[in-house]
Amino acid sequence: MSQNLLELDHVTKRYGVGGLFSHQSITAVNDVSFSLASDTPEIFAIVGESGSGKSTMAKMILGNEVPDGGRLVFDGTDIGTIRTRAQREAFMTRVQPVFQNPFEAFNPLTHVDTYLYATARRFTGADTRIQQEAKADEALQRVGLSLAELKGRFSHELSGGQLQRVAVARALIPSPKLIVADEPVSMVDASLRMSIVNLFRSLRDELKVSIIYITHDLATAYYISDRVIIMQKGVVIESGGARAVLDNPTHPYSIALKNAVLPPDPKAAAAAIRQRRALVEGA
Amino acid sequence: MFKVLFDLLRYNREFLLGTLLILIILALIACSFFAPYGENDIYVVIPDMPPSAEHWLGTNSRGQEIFWQLSISMRNTLMFGVVVAAISRVIAIVVGLVSGYIGGRTDQIIMAVNDTLGALPNIPILLLLVFVLRDQMTWPVLALTAALLGWTHDSRLIRSVALSLRTREFTRHAAFSGMRTGQILFREHLPYVMPIVFFTTMNNLIWAIGLEVTLSILGFSDINRPTIGGMIYWANAHSAMVAGIWWWIAVPMIFVVILFLGLFLLAMSVNEYIDPRSRLARMGA
Amino acid sequence: MMNATLAPERPATTAPVDVLTIKDLKAYYINEHFGVRREVRAVDGIDLTVRRNEVYGIAGESSSGKTSLIKTLAGAIRPPMRVVEGSVKFDFGGKHIDVYGEPAKMQAARWQHLSYIMQGSMSVLNPVRRIKHAFNNFAYRHMGLDATAFRRRVESHLDRLGLDASVLEAFPHQLSGGMRQRVTIALATVCEPEFIIADEPTTALDVLVQQDVLGLIKEVQGRLGSSVVFVTHDMSVHAAITDRLAIMYAGRLAEEGPTQALFDRPQHPYTAHLIASLPRIGDVSTRKSLAGKPPSLANPPSGCRFHPRCPIAIERCSKEVPQMLPSATGGRVACFRAGEVSMQ
Repeated sequence: MSQNLLELDHVTKRYGVGGLFSHQSITAVNDVSFSLASDTPEIFAIVGESGSGKSTMAKMILGNEVPDGGRLVFDGTDIGTIRTRAQREAFMTRVQPVFQNPFEAFNPLTHVDTYLYATARRFTGADTRIQQEAKADEALQRVGLSLAELKGRFSHELSGGQLQRVAVARALIPSPKLIVADEPVSMVDASLRMSIVNLFRSLRDELKVSIIYITHDLATAYYISDRVIIMQKGVVIESGGARAVLDNPTHPYSIALKNAVLPPDPKAAAAAIRQRRALVEGA
Repeated sequence: MFKVLFDLLRYNREFLLGTLLILIILALIACSFFAPYGENDIYVVIPDMPPSAEHWLGTNSRGQEIFWQLSISMRNTLMFGVVVAAISRVIAIVVGLVSGYIGGRTDQIIMAVNDTLGALPNIPILLLLVFVLRDQMTWPVLALTAALLGWTHDSRLIRSVALSLRTREFTRHAAFSGMRTGQILFREHLPYVMPIVFFTTMNNLIWAIGLEVTLSILGFSDINRPTIGGMIYWANAHSAMVAGIWWWIAVPMIFVVILFLGLFLLAMSVNEYIDPRSRLARMGA
Repeated sequence: MMNATLAPERPATTAPVDVLTIKDLKAYYINEHFGVRREVRAVDGIDLTVRRNEVYGIAGESSSGKTSLIKTLAGAIRPPMRVVEGSVKFDFGGKHIDVYGEPAKMQAARWQHLSYIMQGSMSVLNPVRRIKHAFNNFAYRHMGLDATAFRRRVESHLDRLGLDASVLEAFPHQLSGGMRQRVTIALATVCEPEFIIADEPTTALDVLVQQDVLGLIKEVQGRLGSSVVFVTHDMSVHAAITDRLAIMYAGRLAEEGPTQALFDRPQHPYTAHLIASLPRIGDVSTRKSLAGKPPSLANPPSGCRFHPRCPIAIERCSKEVPQMLPSATGGRVACFRAGEVSMQ
């Protein structure tokens, strides 16, 4: 039996909105299925705009939200059945997140290295500070940093790019099989953004970690991902190999989304704006 | 730590003034350990003498020197206030942080209990307890009772901050770093509620002292244990105002005001110092 | 796939006149907290001019000082920020205003001559009042019209921007994010101001809406012949909308020039990097990233502020401050080795 690393089986998530009397529900994620193979690490992009349900997907994969329908199975375990702390911690050693805003993800009043030691202590059994520091340094070296430059630093002393590297390093400490990165570069400055994106590539190639890359940015999704799904209002409208889908999208929404990406060239970009304007005027 | 105090004294006028006022009170309390007379001895000096070089704050109708009475009373009253504030702070922090962090149904239940306790009228309950317990109503029991009545409002304030902290990304990050709930609450969240804790501590201290004074004036506390309220109780019992012994009543009142003012100024300035925003500004964020 | 229907050129107005002239502007945040004095040099010696009828882009990363710069030029700074040196002067069709010489005149010019389009539309639209109140609050007293004429004017303006007059009766939450941003554009342009400051107006928007908003801003600007200062960190947006572009780095200008020339032949290594690092669909060649991090404005590096991260820095860069000098491509650049960096 070839086991999948992660398998989503007709997953649905609804949120209740409204008050006591006018109860309505919004379907944030509607009948989504896909799977990641355990033997070939890959970068799997989930692309969508706000309200597409992509962040809800991230939360469900991380076990922070429970689906209303369908199952999420990670490495043979149904994520929805995780109850005890021991189960939860065993799950967290294999699946780790990288959050969107590095300045939010690190408590401004806590030293950034604290997170590394805590992770090392809980998930690798490093009891002494020396062992924890060794683990932290090893992970930081992987992302091009070192413990020496981070020890005792606060988040505001580092750039967004550095912080996001620390976040990735922290996620690597338990040697996870899967990293779920929810918009990991949208808050990182342009001159540093590609260093994070390239880092994900090297994690896949060198550490054989699978990455779920959640983004609204088609250009970076095209750049790093192997497979992609495009979501609109909770539904997967197109999926397949990243190059194939993004070079030649077939669904009208994916085509519109692709055309909306501004080319980094003044003539072409201005032309795209004018075209879109003509379309809106004509409509 | 010393640098912090030094900075505060140098750059914050409120802190300086508050420190001076509290130092006066502390000096007064320190004097109580060197009192020449026992705290319950009576007729050791000539009664009803107005303030003078010999008797700084005058003497009362029971033949006690008001200065020494005041010093021991202040010690007892402040002790009562600090014990109440300390116990009720611990309860308020734990309840507030836990309730806000766990949220959902647990939060609803905790807050229902919290609000019910908060709705109970304090003074009638204390009076009832005094009548029931009579002689067993020592000051530690009274302090514990007051502490159990005095945390509900503050835990709600702390919970409201904790609720917003729960949804911050760094809380999730901490959880995925393997930090346990206790660590998240006390390492990650506590600094954010410290300004509330400090400010409510001050309020609570003042409330507790006021409660003690009220009960003592009414004669519902142990009258053989000198307190600020007790002093006023005795002054009333001897019709001090009618007899023109005004200093017997004025002195404890003035010193309670000094104490309250000092606490208020300290809380205000320390609050500004430990506020995360101002802390971050100093750290250079 | 170049489009066949090229949009008409903007109406030929008078010869280029400078609407805004900034001279050697320095604006610092000066903070004192318990004896720790911190001086953040957010705007540190900037010279630039914005011409009539152009979209002038200001690009920069976080802590480049771009937000401080536009606050300063709008006369909207508050303590602890202070203008330490330099001047900001507007010329609204012969009406001269020195922002830091005559603040009262600046106050009167707001909205009529100078308006804003901001990132969060909710910051200008009161969530509990109908849209029409925003128009009444911001524009009514500047127009000198009676109530019915004002209403007619607003409706025709909305119509020109493709918005139905019924939005006036709506509450902000009843409109979509894109619709709200269009309303704020209508609000900013209803008085036909000569100068519009657009501060990251598309940053929080979805890509599809972003294009609409950019198109709308471009069109209104062209029709009114006004000048727009457009601030964003997103180089693709600058490519799409700006005529001239300034790149800010650590409180100073690194390079300025016609947008097309800047993208075709960047003269400053920082500009070159920003453009080369943009990923494109259809291209998976490896994008490089700069080493190091943006400098702290409280403690900037000596000499050229980019030198610690610059791939072609020489010894001189760490000692001398490069001045903004005319570049080979018709702009200005502050670099001792201008034009020596290749695109990849």
